[in-house]
Amino acid sequence: MTKAISVAGLHKAFGRTRALDGLDLTVATGEVHGFLGPNGAGKSTTIRVLLGLLRADSGAAELLGGDPWADAVTLHRRIAYVPGDVTLWRNLSGGEVIDLYGRLRGGLHRERRAELIERFELDPTKKGRTYSKGNRQKVALVAAFASDAELLILDEPTSGLDPLMEEVFRDCVLEARDAGRTVLLSSHILSEVEALCDRVSIIRKGRNVESGTLAELRHLTRTSISAELVGPLNGLAQLPGVHDVQSQGSQVRLQADTDKLDAVLRSLATSGVRSLTATPPTLEELFLRHYTTDEANAR
Amino acid sequence: MNRQLAGTGALLRLALRRDRVMMPVWVLVTSLLVTSMPRSLSTVYGTAAERAQAAATMNANSSMRALYGPVFSDSLGGLTAWRAGVVGAVLAAVMSLVIVVRHTRDEEETGRQEMLSAAMVGRRAPLTAALLAAVVADAAVGLVIAGRLAGQGAPGALALGLAVAGTGLVFATVAALAAQLTESARAAKGIAAAALGAAFVLRAAGDSGSADGESALVWVSPLGWVEHVRAFGGERWWVLALFAAAVTVQAVLAYALTGRRDVGMSFLAARPGPAEGRLGGVGALAWRLQRGSVFGWSAGFLVAGLVFGGMAEGAADLVGDNEKTRQIIERMGGQTALTDAFLAAMAGMLGLVAALYIVASVLRLSGEESAQRAEPLLAHPVGRLAWAGGHLAVAFGGSALILAVGGLGLGLGHGQGVADTAGVIGACLAQLPAVWTIGAVAVLLYGVAPRLAAVAWAVAGAALALGWVGPALNVPQSVMNLSPFAHLPKLPGAAEVAWAPLLVLTALAAAAAAAGLAALRRRDLAG
Repeated sequence: MTKAISVAGLHKAFGRTRALDGLDLTVATGEVHGFLGPNGAGKSTTIRVLLGLLRADSGAAELLGGDPWADAVTLHRRIAYVPGDVTLWRNLSGGEVIDLYGRLRGGLHRERRAELIERFELDPTKKGRTYSKGNRQKVALVAAFASDAELLILDEPTSGLDPLMEEVFRDCVLEARDAGRTVLLSSHILSEVEALCDRVSIIRKGRNVESGTLAELRHLTRTSISAELVGPLNGLAQLPGVHDVQSQGSQVRLQADTDKLDAVLRSLATSGVRSLTATPPTLEELFLRHYTTDEANAR
Repeated sequence: MNRQLAGTGALLRLALRRDRVMMPVWVLVTSLLVTSMPRSLSTVYGTAAERAQAAATMNANSSMRALYGPVFSDSLGGLTAWRAGVVGAVLAAVMSLVIVVRHTRDEEETGRQEMLSAAMVGRRAPLTAALLAAVVADAAVGLVIAGRLAGQGAPGALALGLAVAGTGLVFATVAALAAQLTESARAAKGIAAAALGAAFVLRAAGDSGSADGESALVWVSPLGWVEHVRAFGGERWWVLALFAAAVTVQAVLAYALTGRRDVGMSFLAARPGPAEGRLGGVGALAWRLQRGSVFGWSAGFLVAGLVFGGMAEGAADLVGDNEKTRQIIERMGGQTALTDAFLAAMAGMLGLVAALYIVASVLRLSGEESAQRAEPLLAHPVGRLAWAGGHLAVAFGGSALILAVGGLGLGLGHGQGVADTAGVIGACLAQLPAVWTIGAVAVLLYGVAPRLAAVAWAVAGAALALGWVGPALNVPQSVMNLSPFAHLPKLPGAAEVAWAPLLVLTALAAAAAAAGLAALRRRDLAG
């Protein structure tokens, strides 16, 4: 696996605030990588380090085989970036900005530009401040997707897009992946992450807390089961992968590791099952667990 | 009406809280500059006889009248009003227009107003709060002036304080109007500042042409009214009604406009632009973003040059035989040939004002960075030096352009032929090393400590204050030498151009700018 982005032990402090506290992140070439974390976790700081706008205090960062700080200018020819909050010059039209960005990167595809403007339903003649937030976002998205950058760095790019445009955005990301490009997608929209991302990294307080494919991450979580049984429990609590068994009369509640479900259901069946509900882990639960662990620990 | 003003109190408190540093500093600098005059003047003109002679000489000299207006009384108070009245009024006007635009159009442009207006905030509350903030600041300036000058005569002190505060309010309402007309805070400030510049040029032209200030040109300028109040010189209280009338008319207009438009919108609406762009790079972008201001400054310098150039001949007719006056003019202009000295003094004034242009232009870098427009640009294959270089080329090259245009205006206004005009343009361009030094200080501040970049305004302001007021106050040469402008040869008229200081200043400017750029390359960009 070749790596488009590889970051290890990255530290960055702003005064007393530790924005990055030993962050690790690996993005393979050609994958769509979801970059998740609560507000203030350090996602944008990481991206700004990768873009050579901030200099890390310590740690190693490699981007497309180069140093994001020292080789910033040459690397940027191969990168397209869409910030979460796009600000435009008030007296330049959207079309002018798209073409300026294109020329700075050494040209953009005219047909692809025209096609994208049509798909995103963008009016390129409007000027900076007259665009809504979603439309400013579209200007940056058209410029990014019309380039032939190898790596797309997208920082919450769909905040402000309507559901139809969000759909167009998803198509564009998938097309980019099919064309062999790498995408780092920071997002809060979990359905978007689920639909697009091959792998995700979850960070919290400037550290990576989880990385892997969605299936792998799901695997790490537990299914909650509640059942009404006919007979007594048959050694269920001793089974590997079973947690938090609470039994009251014929009612039993428990948590089971998702990959041990088979054994758990067998054991329940031997006791005779009157009713059973099993709740699989939702993606939300998965993330919420990571996002809130800290508060839970603090309590 | 009540509902239209709902929330004004809260917005005013917000404005005063946000301006808690800027406003007191500006109030103190403005009022102390005025109220320190009696002491400084008494060291230059110790006796009543000296003051009487100085007053007579000043009034007889059209170039001095152009700079400061006529003297109406040779008491210490009268000379204070003469020397510092207009200066204080200009400072109060700039403070007021900045405050008003900052809390009206700036809030709308950044979108912050939207959130405020969604709360219990009436349609007219933001404008009212901004104007009240200006009233607070101007009242403070007026009170300090009236209080600290009361020893020179309470009625005069009160009249001067009211005139200075009144000018501030006139330009507060000019800014309120400008904020309704444009969608950008920068343009609104530009319109209000252009109005202030026009008021100064009108007053200067009128005063150079008439010894008693009764020219119609002076009467149409709010800065002229400051003179006409005649503080300490038989106060004409009714002139204050002019301030009140102008403030009322402009405020009513601004309120009428603000009630009729949408939040964030203006009456000069943005037109659609081209669907495709031809901007080829960051240099072209910098020029595109700043060209409007370069053209505006050039037009202003051309007009100012034409007006001042037209006065130059008058300066030669009235050679004062007062040795002190001659010394003052020599310190400003350097030559005994008074026409040359006058032109040199005006070239110097243009140079001082060009320092404001270069600071504004250099600080566009800071504005682009903090508005996060630099970030996506620098995520492209664009080096920080190339990005900054585009703006600096406009800043440093633009200052050369506006000074050349100002010199052209001076030469044409003076009307003494091509050779003379070339000499005057040269004299204006000789200001460049000092202007660039100020610009380079701004680059250094921006590169090393971007949060403190606005301190560059204080540097330019200090140079302006030393150059404008310093020569008449016997400010020690060692203090004058702190300003780069003090080291320039006095042109036109010097027998031989002293190249050494020009080269040294240019080298210093280059070094400071290079250091600033080196720091910019190494530091984090603001997010």
